[in-house]
Amino acid sequence: MTSLETAPANAGPDGTAPLLEVRDLHVEFKVRDSVTKAVNGVNYSVNAGETLAVLGESGSGKSVTAQAIMGILDSPPGRITKGQIFFQGQDILSLPENERRKLRGARMAMIFQDALSSLNPVLSVGFQLGEMFRAHQGLTRKEAKAKAIELMDRVRIPAARQRVNDYPHQFSGGMRQRIMIAMALALEPDLIIADEPTTALDVTVQAQVMDLLAELQREYNMGLILITHDLGVVADVADKIAVMYAGRIVETAPVHELYKRPAHPYTRGLLDSIPRLDQKGQELYAIKGLPPNLQQIPPGCAFNPRCAQARDICRTDVPALVPVTGEDGTELPGRASACHFWKETLRG
Amino acid sequence: MAELSKDSGHTDAMPNVSEVEVVDASSETEAVAAVEAPVQRGEPILQVRDLVKHFPLTRGILFKRQIGAVRAVDGVSFDLHQGETLGIVGESGCGKSTVAKLLMNLERPTAGQIFYKGQDITRLSGRALKAVRRNIQMVFQDPYTSLNPRMTVGDIIGEPFDIHPEAAPKGDRRKRVQELLDVVGLNPEYINRYPHQFSGGQRQRIGIARGLALNPEIIICDEPVSALDVSVQAQVINLMERLQDEFNLSYIFIAHDLSIVRHISDRVGVMYLGRIAEIGTDEQIYEHPTHPYTQALLSAVPVPDPEAREHRERIILTGDVPSPANPPSGCRFRTRCWKAQDKCAQEVPLLAVPERFKGTDSPAAHESACHFAEEKDVVHAA
Repeated sequence: MTSLETAPANAGPDGTAPLLEVRDLHVEFKVRDSVTKAVNGVNYSVNAGETLAVLGESGSGKSVTAQAIMGILDSPPGRITKGQIFFQGQDILSLPENERRKLRGARMAMIFQDALSSLNPVLSVGFQLGEMFRAHQGLTRKEAKAKAIELMDRVRIPAARQRVNDYPHQFSGGMRQRIMIAMALALEPDLIIADEPTTALDVTVQAQVMDLLAELQREYNMGLILITHDLGVVADVADKIAVMYAGRIVETAPVHELYKRPAHPYTRGLLDSIPRLDQKGQELYAIKGLPPNLQQIPPGCAFNPRCAQARDICRTDVPALVPVTGEDGTELPGRASACHFWKETLRG
Repeated sequence: MAELSKDSGHTDAMPNVSEVEVVDASSETEAVAAVEAPVQRGEPILQVRDLVKHFPLTRGILFKRQIGAVRAVDGVSFDLHQGETLGIVGESGCGKSTVAKLLMNLERPTAGQIFYKGQDITRLSGRALKAVRRNIQMVFQDPYTSLNPRMTVGDIIGEPFDIHPEAAPKGDRRKRVQELLDVVGLNPEYINRYPHQFSGGQRQRIGIARGLALNPEIIICDEPVSALDVSVQAQVINLMERLQDEFNLSYIFIAHDLSIVRHISDRVGVMYLGRIAEIGTDEQIYEHPTHPYTQALLSAVPVPDPEAREHRERIILTGDVPSPANPPSGCRFRTRCWKAQDKCAQEVPLLAVPERFKGTDSPAAHESACHFAEEKDVVHAA
C-alpha cells in the first residue's frame, strides 16, 4: 500500500494495512438552525515512515479532519456523521473515550500552529514536557524532569539543562515550536499530525524546524500528516499530497507528479497563481471568485463556480474521486482526481 | 476614472481653523506648494537618509530611568522613485514595519531625515504635514482588525474625506466612494454593508479603496496579502499592479514572502536587525545576491517545485536573530554568518557597492553591506 486509493480493499488488521486510514469521513457543525458541512467524504491513508501533506485553504476541512482523527473535535457543535478511521487496523471511532485517551499522546500526537497559545504560560516548559511522562507512564517529578531535559536536547534546544525551568515566553518562536515538537515526540508515537507547524515562523527558522521534523520522522519511522496551505513547504518534505476543497479531497498524487501534471483545475489554478522566486513573471493567474460558503456548498462540483472549464454536468453531478490513468490506460500509482474532465486537465 | 484624477489648484483652499500650531505662515505655504508640485516618472519622490528609531527601555515606576534602547531602525537610507515599487523584505523584528510607521509620520524618528519632494517631512507640522499625509497612504496587513466593525464600508472609505474635505465636496462623497468600490472590483451597491459581510480578500480591497480615496502618490503596503488565502492573494496582487499603472502610484511593499516581493517589485531592499543589508533591482538581488544574509534567506525559501529542491543548495542558518536591544558589534549578521572573521566584529560594513565589483557592468555591482561580499546564485538549481 503505497498509494492512496479511493476504496482500499486490503485494510484490515494484517501486516499490509496502512498505519492510519480515513474512510468516507463526514463532519458537520450544527449551530442553531444552520449546519456547516466541514468534511464531506474524506479518504486518505498514511504508512509508517511516510509523509502525507494535506493541502488546502482556510475552511477546506483539513484541520477538522485532523481533529476527528485525534478525537479532539469540539463536540457539540461538531459531530462525525459518517465514516470510519482505522489506526493500526483498529476502528478508533468505535472505541470508548478512555481507550481513545490512551492513544492520544502515546501512539498519535499533534503539533499545533501557534506554539505560544498552545503552551501554558504559567508552567515551565520542563513541567509541561514532563507531564507527558507523569500522566502516561507514572514517572516521578524528578524522573520526568530528566526525561524533559533529554527531549529538549533531542530537538536541539541549546543549554537544555539550564533552560528546563524557563517559561514559554522566555523562548523565541522557533524554540517554542521545537518544544511543541518535543512534546509530540515524548512518548515516541507512531503517527504525528502537524497542523501548519511553521506558518508562524520566519523563513530561516522555518527551514530549521522542517529539517528537524523530517530528521526525527526518519529516526523513529513515524507516519506524518502535514497540514498546510503552503505549496512550497509541501514540495520540500511530502511523499504524497492530498488537495482538499470544500471538505472533500479533489486530488491525490505523489509529490513530483502533482507539481508536474496536476489533474484537477483547482490544483492547476493554485500552482499557476503563486509567483516564482527564480524568475520575474508577468501578470499572475488568479482563480476567480471566493472559496465556498460551507453552509451552502454549490450543487455538483463545489469548485464549479470558480472553474474555467465548468460545463453543465459540473453543476449537477458531484464528481467521484477516480483513479487517474496514463495515455495507455494504465493506472498511475497513487493518483486520483475528483473532476469530470480530469483527462483534459491532465493533458491540456 | 476622470473624476478620481488629482484636482489641482486647491493649494490655499479652506485653511483649517482647527489647527492650533503656530508656524511661520509664509514658509508653511511654501512647503505646501513644494509638496503639491508634480514629480517626473523615475525621479526620486521619497528620499530616506540615515533614519534611526530607538525605543527607550526604562526601569522604575516613579523615577523612570533609561536602561537601554531597542534599536528598531538604526541607520536606514534609500530612495523611492516615482512610479516604482520598492520591496522591503526581512524577518520579524528587523524593523521593516517601524520604517513604514516612520514614513507615515506615525512615529517621530530619533534621527535622520525623510525627504518627500525635497521637504524633510520629519520637521513639518500643521498644514504642510497635512498636505504630505494626503499624498502618502497606507494599506495594512490584517483586513480583519484594520476595518472598524461598527462602520459601514461607505463610512470607512469616506472617512479620509472628513479630514481632507477639499478632496471631495460633501455632496459628492457617496458617488466618489462608489467609484472607489468599482475601481477595486467590488460591487458599488455594497456601500451600506459592514465589514463582517465580506471575505478576507474583499476586506483587503476595502482597505485598498480607503488608501486610494485621497488620490495619494505613494502607498505604503505593510504585508498586504500575507493574511489572505493562496487563491485570493493573486487577485489582490494583480489589482495592486493594475491600480499602480492606472493612478501612477509609487509603492513601498513590505513583506516577508520573497516570491511575492520579487513579483511586484522593481527594486528590493533586504533588512536585518534595523539596517539594510543589501539593496538593488529585483534581478540584482535575486539572481546575483552578494550579502550572505540575502543568500541564506533566498536559499531557505521553500520552492513549489520538488525537482528543483533536490538540486538547490540550501544554507541553513543556525540560531535566532539577536535582540535589537543588544545588537552584535560590527556587522550585525556576524553571529549567524559562516564567513564571519575578526574584522566583522570590529568594523561596521557600510552599505556601498563592494570594492571588487566597483566600475564593472556586473549585476553584482549593487549596494551590499558586507566586508566579504561575493556573488552566489542560490535560487536556481545547480
